[in-house]
Amino acid sequence: MRYLPLTEADRSAMLETIGAPDVDALFSDVPEEARLTGPIEGLPMHASEMAVEKHMRRLSKKNLAASDAAFFLGAGAYKHHVPASVDHIIQRGEFLTAYTPYQPEIAQGTLQMLFEFQTQVARLYGCHVANASMYDGSTACWEAVAMASRIARGKKRKVVLSGALHPHYAEVVKTMAKFTEDEIAHASPALQAQPDNDGLIARIDDDTSCVVVQYPDILGRVTDLQPIADAAHEKGALLIVVNTEPVALGAIKSPGEMGADIVVGEGQSLGVGLQFGGPYLGLFAVTSPKHVRQMPGRLCGETVDAESKRGFVLTLSTREQHIRREKATSNICTNSGLCALAFSVHMTLLGEKGLRRLAMENHRLACHAVERLSKVPGVSVLNDSFFNEFTIRLGTDARAVVRTLAERDILAGVSLGRLFPNNAELADGLLVAVTETTTDEDIETLASALEEVLS
Amino acid sequence: MSAPNQSGWKPGTPVEDHNAMSGPDTVTGNRALMLEEPLLFEIGHVETTGVDLPEPSDTATRLGGMDRAEAIGLPGLSEPEAVRHYTRLSRQNYGIDLGFFPLGSCTMKHNPRLNEKVARMPGFADVHPLQPVQTVPGALEVINELANWLIDLTGMHGVAMSPKAGAHGELCGILCIRAALEARGDARKVVLVPESAHGTNPATAAFAGYEVEDIPATAEGRVDLEALKARLGPDVAAVMITNPNTCGLFERDMKAISDAVHAAGGFVYCDGANFNAIVGKVRPGDLGVDAMHINLHKTFSTPHGGGGPGSGPVVLSEALAPFGPLPYVVRDKDGEVHLVEEENADEYGHTQAFGRMTAFHGQMGMFTRALTYMLSHGADGLKQVAEDAVLNANYVLRSLDDVLDAPFGPSGPCMHEALFSDAGFAEDISTLDLAKGLIDEGYHPMTMYFPLVVHGAMLVEPTETESKAALDQFIAALRSVAERAKSGDATLKTAPHYAPRRRLDETLAARKPVLAYEEPMAPSGQPTMSEQGGR
Repeated sequence: MRYLPLTEADRSAMLETIGAPDVDALFSDVPEEARLTGPIEGLPMHASEMAVEKHMRRLSKKNLAASDAAFFLGAGAYKHHVPASVDHIIQRGEFLTAYTPYQPEIAQGTLQMLFEFQTQVARLYGCHVANASMYDGSTACWEAVAMASRIARGKKRKVVLSGALHPHYAEVVKTMAKFTEDEIAHASPALQAQPDNDGLIARIDDDTSCVVVQYPDILGRVTDLQPIADAAHEKGALLIVVNTEPVALGAIKSPGEMGADIVVGEGQSLGVGLQFGGPYLGLFAVTSPKHVRQMPGRLCGETVDAESKRGFVLTLSTREQHIRREKATSNICTNSGLCALAFSVHMTLLGEKGLRRLAMENHRLACHAVERLSKVPGVSVLNDSFFNEFTIRLGTDARAVVRTLAERDILAGVSLGRLFPNNAELADGLLVAVTETTTDEDIETLASALEEVLS
Repeated sequence: MSAPNQSGWKPGTPVEDHNAMSGPDTVTGNRALMLEEPLLFEIGHVETTGVDLPEPSDTATRLGGMDRAEAIGLPGLSEPEAVRHYTRLSRQNYGIDLGFFPLGSCTMKHNPRLNEKVARMPGFADVHPLQPVQTVPGALEVINELANWLIDLTGMHGVAMSPKAGAHGELCGILCIRAALEARGDARKVVLVPESAHGTNPATAAFAGYEVEDIPATAEGRVDLEALKARLGPDVAAVMITNPNTCGLFERDMKAISDAVHAAGGFVYCDGANFNAIVGKVRPGDLGVDAMHINLHKTFSTPHGGGGPGSGPVVLSEALAPFGPLPYVVRDKDGEVHLVEEENADEYGHTQAFGRMTAFHGQMGMFTRALTYMLSHGADGLKQVAEDAVLNANYVLRSLDDVLDAPFGPSGPCMHEALFSDAGFAEDISTLDLAKGLIDEGYHPMTMYFPLVVHGAMLVEPTETESKAALDQFIAALRSVAERAKSGDATLKTAPHYAPRRRLDETLAARKPVLAYEEPMAPSGQPTMSEQGGR
């Protein structure tokens, strides 16, 4: 009970001040039949720091850590090197243990950081304004769809999802849209070198509120989004672009430059780490200032204090649930402040020059991997274009191959069968991601293992 | 009144004029340990980097012709500059590590560092969500162990682990209710929400496609049972209740409310934000709750991090458990743990899942922290947590109810938080002024203007991790500021005087939103950053 400072003498003195005979008297409003008398059965009693740490370390050791494997997984979560100072800074108690900055006079640290973060994200995405972050990329994607629906004022009911959108993101949108009665048009991805942009454009009509595409897409392909943006805008629809690998934007054009209206994505790559899927960092930005008031999530803005000094506050909260209740823009009442800090610190350490170098190093290693893997008998590389992730075909069920290689501590990639369990045509596809943490030796290990397994 | 102040400033001597006390301005704008910090964009440079990476080689790329041509405008800092920039910023922040943080309904308790250490173990932090299941049995065990604790502590049937935060969990619970109603072909349209509910409750119900209707509170701050019963009918899908409620009170009629709602064919959603007050003392399942989110950050001490991440698993009754979203974790009868996803939902009979709320499995980094906290406290310690939290709150309530109006003070003991109002303040002094006065005393203010049912509300939540000495000091400080508010002390109107910033102009920020940094224009009309290669 090392976290509880009250002594028995304190408790007695306090009960006396309150005028209660014992602590149970303070629970007198709980109906007697619902009160628990002893500790709940089946749960352990308190344990020392040493004992708890030991237990948790034992569980931790049962998992194969990415750094202990030849590692090639991506599909929306990437293994990048995080500079040591990032974790040091986010563990400073003033950041780690602070609440939402509702009292701006004593929260300028978080607020200035968020203002800098918003600026970094907006510039990276080629957008006008970014918010102070959301839960993760997939929920940001849904919020973007809901925002497009709001802008269409319910007059347009159709949402066109690219087949090459991350299937979990598509599932989140479909799940949520069931309840808002938006109609979701979603095709399956085809294993082709180029995405079917013409097919996507053909599905946009006058009833379309938005089109959602991923860039680079779920198979790793990089294509020009301008024709899709033009087609969407012609029908009065918004283009939502999803990016799950922000490092890519150090090498390729920003979605904002190509006509995107809303850009959302996952910021996990910078600063946050893999963490078995969460907490992650949702990024959300818009290209047009007129859409700012329809954005979900928190916004930090610049202002002045009573002495005319520059300062920062959360602003435009009239969109939010604590003021508008059932009329709020969304029900979200949080952001991922600490993950945003990690992202921002990492981005600051990189700077433009570092981001560019990081991106090109990722791409260089991916090019090398593509070259090496394409020489493996039985393997064919799908992509013409890619950043640090690409799809190979194995001519056999990739799920089985992944499981076999995992036994040798090779985490070979994400099988398309795991991502698209209901699409047998994709079963031989394997999504392979390469980052700056991948070594030439790792690539050789994967290639030779595949040579063995596929022969 | 003799209690020492955290900042070293003695109470009872408010200064008339900040500048008169502060002496001459400094050249730098700094004041000894209070350091001003420019924006990253004012000190960084696009050519500076704090990370060693190789120069890009000029080999051909395969970027599909989409190579970035334009500069982005992202300034960098060297490592020492970056560490200094963020360390200086951190010093402009108040956190629970610095002092008492009495935010009602937000539950700011000590964040044990063991939790942080555990969450960073490579087997938890450095694991990909889509690794083959065979390589992550320990991660699944963590999820399962945590799920077991949550089910046992709440007396419920199942738990959806994937919601990312409390409000996301609310949405999950309401969607489970909607899915269950649809499964029985029952298209109900209305969700009833008491006035005192968190603002997320009505927003959530509306977001899930429901019409929201308010249920009034009684004069003593609880749900009006008769009004609720009168409104129930075949169109009511659910009632969303917060218990303990936002007035800091236990809803005595909870079981009667649940019975009435169930009899009318609806479901009971309980906002579990305040579960820390009853953990180990009462199981919501015994009160007839069908769905309840649990803010792991509030009850189980994962840090708030300046706004998140939170984590909001949702416990479900037997009636709702089949509808919980994917991914889902189940333990089979042999005791083995299984992750249920789209590809194996049939195998585990979890075929009615209403869908997926997020990519991947939820907030693993919060699961490890929360489980660490649960194991540290154990079942015995968690019961003590609730008792000490409630004891501390009642101690604050009774120690101040002679100087501050406590509108529901006579309604019985409060639970985890004490509610006061601005009744008795001098006419031109507001709750906001009092809160800003507390900042000068070295405290983060309490929750203000919430719940909405009380005029000028102040909600104080001490939590179980505050000592009696810390509470006594806070009580002395709040008493002093309250007396100043009652006597009309004008210096409160301009507080805080000692914070890094004086009162900030929030109206200006909203009227002329500046939401991103833009380089000042040079005399030539060109942004100065563009000379550096920036935007």
